Amino acid sequence: MGSYMIVRRLATQPKLANAAKRKWKSVVGLEVHAQIASASKLFSGSGTGFGAPLNTAVAYFDASIPGTLPVLNRKCVESGIKTALALGCRVNEVSMFDRKHYFYADLPNGYQITQQRAALANDGVITFPVITPGKKIYYKSVNLLQLQLEQDSGKSLHDEQLKRSLVDLNRAGLPLMELVFGPDLETGEEAASLVKELMLILKRLQTCSCKMEEGALRVDANISVHQEGDPLGVRTEVKNIGSVRSISQAISYEINRQLELVADGGVVTNETRSWDADKRRTIAMRDKEVLQDYRFMPEPNLPPLHVNLKPGSRSTEDLISVAALSEEIPELPEHTRQRLMEYYKLNAETAIILVNEPILLEHFESITKSLPDMPTKVVTNFLINDLLSYCNKLSLDIADCAISANALRDVLKALHSDQINLQAARQLIPLLHTNPTADVSQLVKENNLEQISDLNTIEAYCREAIANQPKTVQQYQKGKSKALYAIVGEVAKLSAQKANMKVVVECLERLLKNK
Amino acid sequence: MRRHLQLSIKQLTESYINGQLSPLSVAEQALAQSTNLKTLNAFVCIAAEQALQQAKESVRRYAEQKPLSSLDGVTVAIKDNFCTKNIATTCASRMLKDFVPPYDATVCSRLKEAGAVILGKTNMDQFAMGAGTVDSIYGPTKNIWSESFSEDNWRIAGGSSGGSASAVAAGLCYAAIGSDTGGSTRNPASYCGVVGLKPTYGLCSRYGLIPLVNSMDVPGILTRSVTDCVELLNTIAGPDIQDSTTIRRPYKKLKLPEIDQIDLRSLRIGIPKEYNCEGLSSEVLETWTKVADLLECAGASVRQISLPHTAASIFVYSILNQCEVASNMARYDGIEYGHRAADERSTEQLYAQSRAEGFNQVVKTRILTGNFLLLRKNYDHYFEKALRVRRLIAEDFIKVFEPPTTEDQVDILLTPTTLSEAPVYKDFAALSNRDQCAVQDFCTQPANMAGIPAVSIPIRLSRAGLPLSLQLMSNNLNEQLLLTVARWIEAQVEFDCLESLQRHAACIRT
Repeated sequence: MGSYMIVRRLATQPKLANAAKRKWKSVVGLEVHAQIASASKLFSGSGTGFGAPLNTAVAYFDASIPGTLPVLNRKCVESGIKTALALGCRVNEVSMFDRKHYFYADLPNGYQITQQRAALANDGVITFPVITPGKKIYYKSVNLLQLQLEQDSGKSLHDEQLKRSLVDLNRAGLPLMELVFGPDLETGEEAASLVKELMLILKRLQTCSCKMEEGALRVDANISVHQEGDPLGVRTEVKNIGSVRSISQAISYEINRQLELVADGGVVTNETRSWDADKRRTIAMRDKEVLQDYRFMPEPNLPPLHVNLKPGSRSTEDLISVAALSEEIPELPEHTRQRLMEYYKLNAETAIILVNEPILLEHFESITKSLPDMPTKVVTNFLINDLLSYCNKLSLDIADCAISANALRDVLKALHSDQINLQAARQLIPLLHTNPTADVSQLVKENNLEQISDLNTIEAYCREAIANQPKTVQQYQKGKSKALYAIVGEVAKLSAQKANMKVVVECLERLLKNK
Repeated sequence: MRRHLQLSIKQLTESYINGQLSPLSVAEQALAQSTNLKTLNAFVCIAAEQALQQAKESVRRYAEQKPLSSLDGVTVAIKDNFCTKNIATTCASRMLKDFVPPYDATVCSRLKEAGAVILGKTNMDQFAMGAGTVDSIYGPTKNIWSESFSEDNWRIAGGSSGGSASAVAAGLCYAAIGSDTGGSTRNPASYCGVVGLKPTYGLCSRYGLIPLVNSMDVPGILTRSVTDCVELLNTIAGPDIQDSTTIRRPYKKLKLPEIDQIDLRSLRIGIPKEYNCEGLSSEVLETWTKVADLLECAGASVRQISLPHTAASIFVYSILNQCEVASNMARYDGIEYGHRAADERSTEQLYAQSRAEGFNQVVKTRILTGNFLLLRKNYDHYFEKALRVRRLIAEDFIKVFEPPTTEDQVDILLTPTTLSEAPVYKDFAALSNRDQCAVQDFCTQPANMAGIPAVSIPIRLSRAGLPLSLQLMSNNLNEQLLLTVARWIEAQVEFDCLESLQRHAACIRT
């Protein structure tokens, strides 16, 4: 790891003799803006359709037409509460809206309506597995300090050549949840893992599409470095992180940049930086240098938002019941992982992969249900090692793979009943992908994929293989038992990967013993 | 003089039903008269075409014996800070000079649905910031009661809804909508000798009212009589899904008892001593005493009470007003609508220049002060503190309307509306906007702080021949009692609003 290298280099610097043994620590905190999946905007009746023609999803309120007033979207509040509950937050009985003022062309009111003084919810926690390539999986918990509702801004489009700015207000007023996490992370990988888990949770709740490429989920990272025992260092904020992969890269880059900076005797300045995904570096953003005073003020057009916290209460027209909403929370990803490990005896890695890919999980559960005798290991191996790898190789999102759970079940059934072998099962994947409605047994027949288990045929292949591989046979007979696999491979080749390997092994062992 | 002006709204629509009068001829006369009385400058925009169209439709409805309501065919005027679909809504400012709203304010749509004929938009101080209707890009509105119209010797109409008050006083319409943030409806009502109601906050929708101070603004009603005022209130009041601060409870229409049915013997009137303030004219004080005596003679118990935080109110009002103004005015950047300057060197330049050109000095001063008061370092010291004192002011009212023991309770407060008769323009204009408002709003803005309803009713003429009015205030949502008492007083004092027309005619001739 790069940061590790720098720590070592620093520790050996004579200048820092006193601090020589003190390690450098990186501290990362995330702020996530998640667009709430909703048919209409947070305070207006306008639709929210992504990709609608410019300036067509704009209510009078969204364009700040004088005299218009905000009307809070109940559905958005419910989504916010569900998300808060799923993240273990305390939902506040009374929350309030505030105006945050700044001039920007895509902010028609001159202020954003947000929740500064009393947010919808506070004090949650997110616990998630951290996967770093080549390292053991570990769990991390990060505090969720605040979850607040707020409006999104519009979009400015700058035409540098014509020196013109154009504004699209379709996004203005879209509902956002801002989630402010505590500075509890240390690395880019941890940050990326947090966001991955958050996305899984939000998707389960259906409160956010989490499509980062559409801007439905946006991540800002606050990053600082300090020496062990010292107070936290001056932080920078990295914005415009557009993908999960970028989160890890941008944060790792920024940590290294800061460590190199202080190693050279430099000072980190409090600034906003932007992640350039092409050049893979963070760049200081010029227009954010001036310290803003947002002149917060209570939003006078929205009464305080009250919710009913009484256990067992029901929602009414005027009051949302938190207890009633808590009953609508589905099984959360971590619970699923635990269930997979306990009930199906899957290992942690497998459980994590299945939960990360909701489609695979769906396939797994549907297949194991209809084929209860099938060892789960066979199913997960096939889904992960074969199906998922196939999709990855084609850069195909598993969600876009057309193969149905039923087809997969038929393949595995054929595999389990020795009708086909694993090789054939693998060959069926592309065939099914291009022809998703095809009948599996038909495909097996048409493509001549049936496994050969007939003893005589197999013995013939075995004899041929033995004849072809005299040296290997010799080695085997001298006691090198592993050499048998080479002969097995030869049989596979001779039979066009169709021979039943179990039978082949038995046959070979018998033939070679008899010799 | 148009004889039908003697009629109440109820009598007017009855005459439409029995065919004695026609909504079209009443509208036509109003339009003609508004031209004759142009010197008053009550209207900033006459929507003649739409008004005549509405009047014709009203005629048709009466012919089919299907009037929409007891307001069908009644002429009304709307203050120019209420959005009116396809009719320019300027707030009397350069900033919104060419702003034509794509929608109707709830108040306007409810009036239209009731069949009212909307004549046009009335003059006001820019963005309703003022108490004289003197700060308008269309020039000041003049008071029809003025003894003279020469040079700067005419009387101001009061403000900021001066155009609406003036239009009603001059008989140009039967009712007008104003807005009331610190007294903007009651103040000009007082000077122009008409009834001016500020309903309970949340009773009438603010949707479409271009805001001054959201937490205090209410649509106001100006009419020549209390019963007419009730007709209007019954039409515009009630919950509105578009305004989250409206009271959710369904509105029950008011019905006032006949005069001879009004019994004041169980009524408890409070006279807040703090309203007998510095600068109160002797004539207003006399009027106040006289009406208090009238009520007492009729069997009401009248006693002095105290609203101890009254003196602080005007300062609190000033802080909250400027803060909300700073925020509400932030939207005027020349991008989506409104005045856009030619300077397009940068977005910031465009904003700065558009705002510099679009707002007058009063608006700019309030924006600057408000933003200063909202700075992180000042927030607690000014805005937050002002909110606390506002609570104390509201509690003053709760303590007299809902005290722990009923012996201390009062039902209605009787106070002056304004400290004097309408000032001469020359004298008024010599003061700064800040001083104008501080004096003018003294008796009216506490009701806005507390959200309670208040009504100004004309009582008599001053020695100079100008209307002197008093204000009644009641507990929240007690418009029924407030207007019943107002109606009783109105019947006793027999103030003739229309006298102004004869006087004006005489004044113009000389």
